[in-house]
Amino acid sequence: MELKTPLYDAHVQAGGKIVPFAGYLLPVQYQTGVIKEHMAVRTQAGLFDVSHMGEVLCEGKDALANLQMLLTNDFTNMVDGQARYSPMCNEKGGTVDDLIVYKKSDDHYFIVVNAANKDKDYQWMLDHQFGEVIFTDVSDQYAQIALQGPKAMEILKKLTSEENIPKKYYHAVFDSEAAGIPCIISKTGYTGEDGVELYLASENARKMWDALLEAGKEEGLIPCGLGARDTLRMEAAMPLYGHEMDDEVSPLETGLGFAVKMAKEDFIGKAAIEEKKPNNRKRVGLKVTGRGIIREHQDVYADGQLIGHTTSGTHCPYLGYPIAMALVDAGHAEVGMKVEADVRGRRVEAEIVALPFYKRSK
Amino acid sequence: MELREELKYAKSHEWVKEEGEECTIGLTDYAQSELGELVFVNLPEVGDEVTAGEVFGDVESVKAVSDIYSPVTGVVSEINEELLDEPGLINEQPYDAWLIKVKDVTEKEELLSIEEYEAFVESEKNK
Repeated sequence: MELKTPLYDAHVQAGGKIVPFAGYLLPVQYQTGVIKEHMAVRTQAGLFDVSHMGEVLCEGKDALANLQMLLTNDFTNMVDGQARYSPMCNEKGGTVDDLIVYKKSDDHYFIVVNAANKDKDYQWMLDHQFGEVIFTDVSDQYAQIALQGPKAMEILKKLTSEENIPKKYYHAVFDSEAAGIPCIISKTGYTGEDGVELYLASENARKMWDALLEAGKEEGLIPCGLGARDTLRMEAAMPLYGHEMDDEVSPLETGLGFAVKMAKEDFIGKAAIEEKKPNNRKRVGLKVTGRGIIREHQDVYADGQLIGHTTSGTHCPYLGYPIAMALVDAGHAEVGMKVEADVRGRRVEAEIVALPFYKRSK
Repeated sequence: MELREELKYAKSHEWVKEEGEECTIGLTDYAQSELGELVFVNLPEVGDEVTAGEVFGDVESVKAVSDIYSPVTGVVSEINEELLDEPGLINEQPYDAWLIKVKDVTEKEELLSIEEYEAFVESEKNK
């Protein structure tokens, strides 16, 4: 039985095409369609219901020590209100999940995890906790709304004052408000655009959603579904758990080395990651040069030799051509290399290109 | 859902226009709306044989790929090359944006009238 987010009725009323996703019923697109929704986020603004994401509190005297051991990134030099991305590894160096940690204070952290992994992650945290720490799954208490696009900040400023909006990327204002509704406002997102994510009490979600849509009318703000979220994150080359990484893939292989601090004294998976170096595999971007779309789980060949497989692939509305991401042998990962993917028995040509596929101009 | 009197419909959501021994095949309005915005079409080549009930090509939306089944057995006499560059025409005008023409038709799937196809789509929706 799938769950509904607090915005389910809003999606149905707006003509959202509802599909089951990570245990929730969510809109894959609205009547506008994936392409227009994608373009709205690149050129104006889009609104996403991401209430299915999980939230876990990490509190107590040993909160930081637990995060240091549990996660690959280093959290010791964070200031209050700062956010930091990190993989969470298993002992084999594979990835349990990737998540964002927000620091509220020295003994209070707010962690946002992937919807499909929230039970697994929470259990993993409980199984590995030590000292004075309490992990609490607060997913049901929070709704999450993402406002993304070049017009996002202009829209948000109609509903709140400057001091309620974080000034820098990957920073949050904890005791913030917008449209008179208490919330956390975070300068983060998953689209490659400027924008914010708002965390708020579930019962206020509808009021906030409607207020944002109303405020953004003139700027062309429209609600966007999971389809556009996926094509946007693909263009921005943001890895997605279950695609670019999983329990078997190390964060170094999938290009997340920036968030793996090997200089740290220890963390779960460190020894295994060290042992595996140099990596045998690497995540690369593919630009399709032949005819067709290369999707996930398709074999990739170079000079007739199998070099890996694709992890995600789609047609990209803003770029106007199909792209894919692939995990390939590290020796066959050079930008400019010609490869082929097996698309249901047909070979489709592609070229390895630098990631990200799309980068917004600042 | 738009339907046209002069056409017949397959349960795999293709439409068929029968003209003597030649059939023109396309995707129904219902099919295109279920598939969403199409961004790629893969069609056979002129001279290829197609078989009733078997896949002859595929269409891809942003999110997924879907096979297209041939409602008839015969030889491809023409393909709609315009769709290769502009697959979105299928979304815009599903009954004008035909996919292929088939000649020397020897066999046909069970084809439905408008009323039968409407009833079939309703039963699919309620599944």
